Amino acid sequence: MFYRSLFPRDLFAELDRLQRALQWSDEFSPSIRGVRGGFPAMNVGSTPAAVEIYAFAPGIDPASIEVVIEKGVLTIAGSRELDYGASDEKSAIHIDERFSGRFRRVVSLPDDIDADAVSAKYRDGVLHITVPRRAAALPRRIAIQ
Amino acid sequence: MSETVAKTEAVRDEAALLPPVDVVENASGITLYADLPGVPKEQLRLQIEADTLTIEGEVRLDMPEGMESTHAEVSLPRYRRAFTLSKELDTEKITAEFNQGVLKLTIPKVAHAQPKRVEIRVE
Repeated sequence: MFYRSLFPRDLFAELDRLQRALQWSDEFSPSIRGVRGGFPAMNVGSTPAAVEIYAFAPGIDPASIEVVIEKGVLTIAGSRELDYGASDEKSAIHIDERFSGRFRRVVSLPDDIDADAVSAKYRDGVLHITVPRRAAALPRRIAIQ
Repeated sequence: MSETVAKTEAVRDEAALLPPVDVVENASGITLYADLPGVPKEQLRLQIEADTLTIEGEVRLDMPEGMESTHAEVSLPRYRRAFTLSKELDTEKITAEFNQGVLKLTIPKVAHAQPKRVEIRVE
C-alpha cells in the first residue's frame, strides 16, 4: 500500500496519496460487495418515531431512482451515467474515480415500521428516506389512576 | 485579510473526506467533476492560492432531533481536496457549476498554451 512514487513530484501530491492510503486502510472488514461499501454511500439513523435513511447519490435524476419496500427490506436502485461533454481526439481522462453504471443497495428495516407512510426527498445529491414507525409501536406513557 | 487566512487554516486542520473526482482534459482546457453529496451551494468553498486549487464543502443534512446513528458510511461532516494546477491553466477564467451535489469546474488553458499546428514544409 505504501509504495514510493516512481517520480516524486511534490509534497502535496505525496500527502494526498498518503491520506488516501490511510482512508483505505481504515476499512478493516471490507464488504463482499465492494471495498468502500458501494454506491450510494448510506447513513442510517433512528428516532423513536422513524428510521431515517440517507443515500449519498449525487447527480442523479430523482425520478430515475427506484425505492421499494418489500418484506421489511428497503431497496434503492438506479443507474448513473457520467457525461463528460464534447470530446475530441485530444481528450484524455486523467482521473476516473466517480461511480458510474447501475447500482442497488439494500437495508433491512425493523418490524415496527409503517411501509405505507414512507416519504423520500432528494436534495443536494442526497436521497433522504423517512420510514415512520407504526403509532402503536411508539413508546407511550400510561397514566396511573 | 489576516483573519480570513487564520480562519481557513483552522478549517484545514479538521478531518475531512476525500471526494471522488474525474478529471478530463481536452485541447481547450481541463474539466474537473467532484462528487460532494449533502453540500448545499452556500457551504461550498473554492480557493486558488498560488497554483493550488482547494475544494472544500460542509455537509448539511436535515436530521430530526434526537436521532441516533445506527450505520454511517459518510462519517465526517466535510469534504476537502487540493490539486496543483499547472502554468498553462488560466486561473482567472475558471467557471464552476454545482448541481445536486456534483461540482463541475472548467479550467481553460491560457490562449497561447492552446495547441497550434506547426506546418512542416518539405522542400
